[in-house]
Amino acid sequence: MRVLGRPVAAFLLIVWSVATALAVEPAERLPDPAMEARARAVSAELRCLVCQNESIDESHADLAHDIRVLVRERLSAGDTDAQATAAVVSRYGDFVLLRPPVKPATWVLWFGPVGLLALGLIGSFLWLRRRPGIGPTPLTVAEQQQLDRLLREDG
Amino acid sequence: MIVELGHFCLILALCVACIQATVPLVGASRRHIGWMDTGRTCAFAVFALIAMAMAALMHAYVTSDFSVVNVIENSHTDKPLLYKISGVWGNHEGSMLLWVFMLSLCAAAVALFSDNLPPPLRARVLSVQGMIGVGFLLFILFTSNPFLRAPNPPANGHGLNPVLQDPGLAFHPPFLYLGYVGFSVAFAFAVAALIEGKVDAAWARWVRPWTLASWCALTVGIAMGSWWAYYTLGWGGWWFWDPVENASFMPWLAGTALIHSSIVVEKRDTLKTWTILLAIVTFSLSLVGTFLVRSGVLTSVHAFATDPARGTFILLLLLVAIGGSLALYAFRAPKLQGGGLFAPVSREGSLVLNNLLLSCGCATVFLGTLYPLFLDAMNGPKLSVGYPFFDRTFVPLMVPMIVAVGIGPMLAWKRGDLLGALQRLSVAFAVSLIAGLILFYMTYGGPVLAVLGIAIAVWLAGAVITEWADRIRLFRMPLADSVRRAVNLPRAAYGMSAAHFGLAVFVAGVSASAFSQEAIEVLPVGGSMRLAAFEIRLQAMDKVPGPNFSADRATIVISKAGETVATMYPERRFFPLQKQTTGETAIRGGLVADLYLALGEADAAGHWTVRAYWKPIVSWIWLGCLIMAGGGLISLSDRRWRVGAAARSGRGAAVPAAGE
Repeated sequence: MRVLGRPVAAFLLIVWSVATALAVEPAERLPDPAMEARARAVSAELRCLVCQNESIDESHADLAHDIRVLVRERLSAGDTDAQATAAVVSRYGDFVLLRPPVKPATWVLWFGPVGLLALGLIGSFLWLRRRPGIGPTPLTVAEQQQLDRLLREDG
Repeated sequence: MIVELGHFCLILALCVACIQATVPLVGASRRHIGWMDTGRTCAFAVFALIAMAMAALMHAYVTSDFSVVNVIENSHTDKPLLYKISGVWGNHEGSMLLWVFMLSLCAAAVALFSDNLPPPLRARVLSVQGMIGVGFLLFILFTSNPFLRAPNPPANGHGLNPVLQDPGLAFHPPFLYLGYVGFSVAFAFAVAALIEGKVDAAWARWVRPWTLASWCALTVGIAMGSWWAYYTLGWGGWWFWDPVENASFMPWLAGTALIHSSIVVEKRDTLKTWTILLAIVTFSLSLVGTFLVRSGVLTSVHAFATDPARGTFILLLLLVAIGGSLALYAFRAPKLQGGGLFAPVSREGSLVLNNLLLSCGCATVFLGTLYPLFLDAMNGPKLSVGYPFFDRTFVPLMVPMIVAVGIGPMLAWKRGDLLGALQRLSVAFAVSLIAGLILFYMTYGGPVLAVLGIAIAVWLAGAVITEWADRIRLFRMPLADSVRRAVNLPRAAYGMSAAHFGLAVFVAGVSASAFSQEAIEVLPVGGSMRLAAFEIRLQAMDKVPGPNFSADRATIVISKAGETVATMYPERRFFPLQKQTTGETAIRGGLVADLYLALGEADAAGHWTVRAYWKPIVSWIWLGCLIMAGGGLISLSDRRWRVGAAARSGRGAAVPAAGE
């Protein structure tokens, strides 16, 4: 289905990228490789607001460039990774987080899968335990006749 | 004129589909053989009519008939022929026409290959297919007519989005749709079985090949889309957990579960109600996928309102199809009695585990895709759910499943010997442990989870080979006997081994992506940079004309230890008509690693941004998918399917009675 939604994203992406280069331009990079690696890791979990599900690390958009620069500025200024992320969230809201925060509104999202698995395990366990009561399926008339014949032949 | 004929064919197809949806169904309940046979005739007629409509639209595209709105909006005289044809389904109206075309193809195939089906079952199956056809034909004719004429035809069209002008993408939608719509057969069989109130081994044996075929098509379709993203988007990503991708992944997960659970129905006559539910859910997810993509609800819940007619129509269709089938399920499913008993540790038990994990995985993807939309619609906070979420929820569910895939086939039906199976798998375990330790040592300080992933892949591959060796009693009897056993193994067994082996290859490819390296520099012509063991030199830049674009082509020479190993030509293409620029990556690779080059923009000084990636065994991702799909095809070629199912147990008497 990519063909159907991707064009929209691709179109947006191209509109915004005409004046710019590809994601993570060389000019943006920090001189310190360790710091740059942290910046990459932080950017990878931040959403580009004008693209579909692309992180700012991957996005070609101007806005993504701005946020990448912001993250690098904050990290250079001595912020921790979490502080740099928080700075971006304070400007753009939770929407920029590709990993949604765990809070009451997202409990269903985060714990739903585990809950379902637990329910499924309990359900299958109960089903397996209950079933021996059913007993084997009785033979059909034809099968009974065949069995009788076989037994007669043996005897 | 041809365009009007196409439109007319579509209307006629709707009329015939209405007959197909009702007459055979009534015939089946009244045991009227003539009425039941109408289903077959109608299915062929609908297929022929929709094929003609499809041909008419294709003709309009190929001849660039700019009196048709759809052609104006999506085509252009300069476009290469391949993209004129693929342009037919590169837009909303055309893709819906492709959808019903595939649907009618499936129905016609069922009609053609159903000689051994009891007439009432066949009639009901075709009827259900007819109902789905009616729904979608109504949708096309009333909200998305591709044959609409323009009052003032322009001299030329708007052209197709350049990003879509790509061979990989030309064939991606047909495969995907064949997969989506193919699941309608399993759905139709499930609904027919609910109406009849009977599910048995023969039923499962009829459903399995159809499910398997659509699963293969869907696998290939998804892999193609992912491969397209890989070589198009310019940084080597291949999966984004984008809602549009998830829309195709959910039916795949449910379909995979369905393939496995229907084995249990066939072999052991149990898990019936669950399998019926899965068949309904799988096709429902295909419908939900269509809804998600077609209604515009994805971009925003509010975009949904910009074209309410389409969105509302599909939503209504969803409610009727899913609600109706689930209601029928609630009524009739309790009457379906399961027979075969089994212990928790058994082949059946392992297949139940497979289904549990796949269903939970599917539900996770469903939650991740739809929960943000749901919150937004409830005026809650706006959320993004991206790969970090799925890495933490979906992946942990799949890890135990992949480990279990190695063990399951080693367990016997009814009551398995887990300890014995594990003992027989000890070699595979040892090999994966050693491989993991060596890799860990070699990449010390690198990503540990990726090492674990590759070790699991080695485990699975080892387990698949062990299982095969076990079946042919390799080294436990004379080699000639083993070879004879290998030749005589049913194709379905080879199909399973191949598909599971493909999964191992896929997992290895995915895990190894953590080891990729990148180099991004601004290079003057003649400049160079290093990546892994390679030196990458921008030798020249040229302007190259294309059929409907002009390109900046870089000539990049790759050398290793002073020796030239390759010359690659990434491009940037400018499409004047759409005023868009697209990147054309250059990839040189194979089984060991891909070298991936993308060209960025030039700066004021005329220096070009060059992005280079070294990606070990990345091609295994798509290779693995192809092996999986190939496994499905091998299994499909098993003669059991062709010979057809044995007579339906206990129902033989009811069949001749038909038509009295």
